[in-house]
Amino acid sequence: MTSDANLDLLDNDPVFHLKGGMLAMTVVELVRQAPERFAMQLAEKVEQAPNFFQDTPVLISLEKLDDRLDIAGLIALLRICRDHGLLPVALRGPEDFRPLAQQASLVLLPPGRGREKVLEAPEPEAQAVAQQPAAAQKPGAAAQPAQGTPTRVITQPVRSGQQVYAPGGDLIVLAPVSAGSELLADGHIHVYGPLRGRALAGVRGDTQARIFCQSLEAELVSVAGQYKVAEDLRRQQWKEAVQISLDGDSLKIAAL
Amino acid sequence: MAKILVITSGKGGVGKTTTSAAIGTGLALRGYKTVIVDFDVGLRNLDLIMGCERRVVYDFVNLINGDSNLNQTLIKDKRSDNLYILPASQTRDKDALTLEGVQGVLDQLKETFDFIVCDSPAGIEKGAHLAMYFADEAIVVTNPEVSSVRDSDRMLGLLSSKSRRSEQGDRIKEHLLLTRYSPERVENGEMLSVSDVEDILSIPLLGVIPESQAVLKASNQGIPVIMDDKSDAGQAYSDAVERLLGKEVPHRFLEAQKKGLLKRLFGG
Repeated sequence: MTSDANLDLLDNDPVFHLKGGMLAMTVVELVRQAPERFAMQLAEKVEQAPNFFQDTPVLISLEKLDDRLDIAGLIALLRICRDHGLLPVALRGPEDFRPLAQQASLVLLPPGRGREKVLEAPEPEAQAVAQQPAAAQKPGAAAQPAQGTPTRVITQPVRSGQQVYAPGGDLIVLAPVSAGSELLADGHIHVYGPLRGRALAGVRGDTQARIFCQSLEAELVSVAGQYKVAEDLRRQQWKEAVQISLDGDSLKIAAL
Repeated sequence: MAKILVITSGKGGVGKTTTSAAIGTGLALRGYKTVIVDFDVGLRNLDLIMGCERRVVYDFVNLINGDSNLNQTLIKDKRSDNLYILPASQTRDKDALTLEGVQGVLDQLKETFDFIVCDSPAGIEKGAHLAMYFADEAIVVTNPEVSSVRDSDRMLGLLSSKSRRSEQGDRIKEHLLLTRYSPERVENGEMLSVSDVEDILSIPLLGVIPESQAVLKASNQGIPVIMDDKSDAGQAYSDAVERLLGKEVPHRFLEAQKKGLLKRLFGG
């Protein structure tokens, strides 16, 4: 630390901000302990799409693992992952795994809720496209083509009378959504301008779909067929940032 | 390079024709060769606002059908050498317009004019669609009132999806013109404010035209209101033309007139 920095200690200007964030991450779900077969099968996957696995952070899930894993087994596992370009950042499983995680300097995360999708490696064509901007690739971006659920991103205002549908995936709108317009998605809907039109998430029946918006001023919101109209919506969190999800048979609106 | 400008709104009666006449005249007075084209076939009004109704011989539909040529059909404005009017047909309806026909006429006009101002009919049907289809820029005329704002929003959606530029992956440059604005009524909460409308439509503001007696007077006399440079509406339209040409002019007439001390004492 320099003397200048010492003087600065009294300065109240924040040096950092604490922020919450969500990102997609690849999960390696281990089913049985067989290091040789793991190495071989992983090599096969990597060969299909080398770019996809380059410097990809992964979470190793031990929830489905039947037999015990010792520290030697874990270290062997981690080495195989790293040899193939994967970067294990955390383990996931019950509390029993904490000593193991600490020994391997990994984070231990609580068990998931079983909502992950099975990832398939990207098609060869998709991979060819992905290879060009390799330097700029983020792990989250690399994971997108693999999911097979294209996210639709709209940057222009959605005007009255317009309808935007994201089949098989999420819809993200970075502009105002006017009254008299309609957003539809098989997955989630995110709106970063005011949401004044209709938003219908999970239109093909996905009850886990949600609607996220910066300012709730919608005419109607719906998740998997359950809906609320403006008259009901006005009573709570009107014009606030909220997320809307399905809670049993009714819509739950919670502040973001 | 000729620029095609459409004056549109969706809703009727908000001031499209008044605006077309004012903006067109304003451009001509600043030295640009300008033609105002009336697309409202069947409900011809522009000739009245421009005061040239007695000189209409041929019209837009005649021109499209080849019954007349451009020189015969265009009416030269008496006030400016740079200004011409292409009147609509009063005896036909909007089905008389065709995409190819409109394109042919606009292509001819492009050869001689700097600005082609298209006065769109109300609605979102064929006439309005043809008026905006070939446009480079659009002025969306809106009254500070919810139904007008919603219709304008709908029209903005069509501009960005059903125009030639949008089909080519380009965009029409959009401008918002708020007309019949009354700051007093905004203060009393009876009218949407400029910021309310800007918030909903989120396009750049070209101008705010105050509610004014001068507009009705000008229409009845057949003189575009922009010629009345003593009126607030005329000045506001002049400012809008300057902004359209790329100059930065501060917005006026947004605040209610404060009553003076004497007026307040004696109830002016």
